[in-house]
Amino acid sequence: MYKSDEIIIAGFGGQGVLSMGQTLAYAAMIDKKETSWMPSYGPEMRGGTANCIVIVSEGPISSPIVTKFDSGIVLNQPSMEKFEEAIKPGGVLVYEASTIITAPTRTDITVLKIPAIDEANKMNKKQVANMIMLGAFLELKPILAMESILSALKKVLPERHHHTIPLNEKAILRGRELAAEQLTVSNTI
Amino acid sequence: MTKEPLKPREVKLMKGNEALAEAAIRAGMDAYFGYPITPQSEVLEYLTIEVPKRSGLVLQAESEVAAINMIYGASGAGGRVMTSSSSPGISLMQEGLSYIASAELPCLVVNVNRGGPGLGTIQPSQGDYFQSTKGGGHGDYRLIVLAPASVQEMADFVFDGFVLAEKYRGPVLILADGALGQMMEKVDLKAEGSLPKTVPSWATRGRSKDRDPNIITSLFIQPEKMEQINMRLQAKYKIIAEKEVRYEEYHTDDADYILVAYGLSARIVRKTVDLAREKGIKAGLLRPQTLFPFPSVRIAELAKHAKAFLDVEMNAGQMVEDVRLAVNGKTEVFFKGRMGGIIPSPEEILEELERIDEKIVAYQE
Repeated sequence: MYKSDEIIIAGFGGQGVLSMGQTLAYAAMIDKKETSWMPSYGPEMRGGTANCIVIVSEGPISSPIVTKFDSGIVLNQPSMEKFEEAIKPGGVLVYEASTIITAPTRTDITVLKIPAIDEANKMNKKQVANMIMLGAFLELKPILAMESILSALKKVLPERHHHTIPLNEKAILRGRELAAEQLTVSNTI
Repeated sequence: MTKEPLKPREVKLMKGNEALAEAAIRAGMDAYFGYPITPQSEVLEYLTIEVPKRSGLVLQAESEVAAINMIYGASGAGGRVMTSSSSPGISLMQEGLSYIASAELPCLVVNVNRGGPGLGTIQPSQGDYFQSTKGGGHGDYRLIVLAPASVQEMADFVFDGFVLAEKYRGPVLILADGALGQMMEKVDLKAEGSLPKTVPSWATRGRSKDRDPNIITSLFIQPEKMEQINMRLQAKYKIIAEKEVRYEEYHTDDADYILVAYGLSARIVRKTVDLAREKGIKAGLLRPQTLFPFPSVRIAELAKHAKAFLDVEMNAGQMVEDVRLAVNGKTEVFFKGRMGGIIPSPEEILEELERIDEKIVAYQE
């Protein structure tokens, strides 16, 4: 069977979870991989939460909708409650630690705790929290080339926001640093 | 307003609904009439933004009933026209579709199927197979039904749909589902303006002095005349059934088990086939790309060698009736389905296939 990464990205509407997913999907396309992006559009989005499923695969993608995930990027408490159990054993979970109060209890997955909102506020742009999360995820799982991610940003962001691309890049790098620090610490334990 | 130049061939990451709408503009659509409904509202939304900058006309009708009758009128005037909706809205259009089929007018109708019956759910479903392929409205008529299974086919089938509609002078339906409409995938879009267009001789665009008036109607009060019309329609459907069947096969050459599925289900079954082969079960997939005409001849051929068929749908079992008719008792036909907007997993279909395999092996011993 070919390699495939099934990723859930979840949070509140407005946190940029859908555009984070689109950035991954666009980068996958640039990297000549098969990819699909599927937003929540059903009853689950009516409560203010938003999520999308992104699949990055070496071969054809069957269903764009899956219920178990290799990776989770989670930005709010309700999504943490919903998706912690949906991560496959051996998978990864990157969560936003400034607002999520209950840390995951799973021991069979790799967990990264990223205070992305606090970090974004330090950069004076709270909108880039999603990119910090994305950077952290890509440090943990480098499934796509960083230059593809940066090219993808140009496709995903509307032209009127293109002046924010350098800041988004900086946020992605900050996310990678935060993840790298944590991964080094956990390796020494 | 200055119009944008024609778009070249492009590769993009797009939602199914948007790719379909973009393809319609590129295919030279003259007019779109529709009414919003989840999960296909992006079609109207996209066209409302793009059409005024490009070419054609887009109008939000006051209802689906109005939209389909606008299609009737605009097609009668010789326009290349499209409407789209989702299940309950498509039900509202059935009277108009029957009229259009009878009046023999080309048009493209898109159904982004959601779960029913009733208002149901906005999640993906294939519950409208019967309605799509067996008429839907009243009287003896058929729609050519194209069943995309990817965002790429959402775009490609718009071009094919217009070609078929104009070739056979009748309505063509693209039967998608909520997931295909909402998901983003890579799509290779054809160049704009690549599909030729002529004003048909039967169009009602004002009479020139050198010919008789063109009359478009679906009212033929004399039964003898009505029967003639019926016979002409049936002769047309027979030609379509002979010439326009399309399907895709995956590992069917040596397959003991033929799985039949269309649209989103077929993508899932493709994975089941891979999983089954890893376990030593020789499975293959037949994916109809046209639901009418149906690949009955190919299924009958496969039935000569297959141990059994497994039909998979996101409904209570609709296409399975056509599979059984085609298999015609030569071998057993099983069914696996999920309803109400639930998408089956490749693994649960594999479990069903393994049960069938055990049963068949036990029977043979």
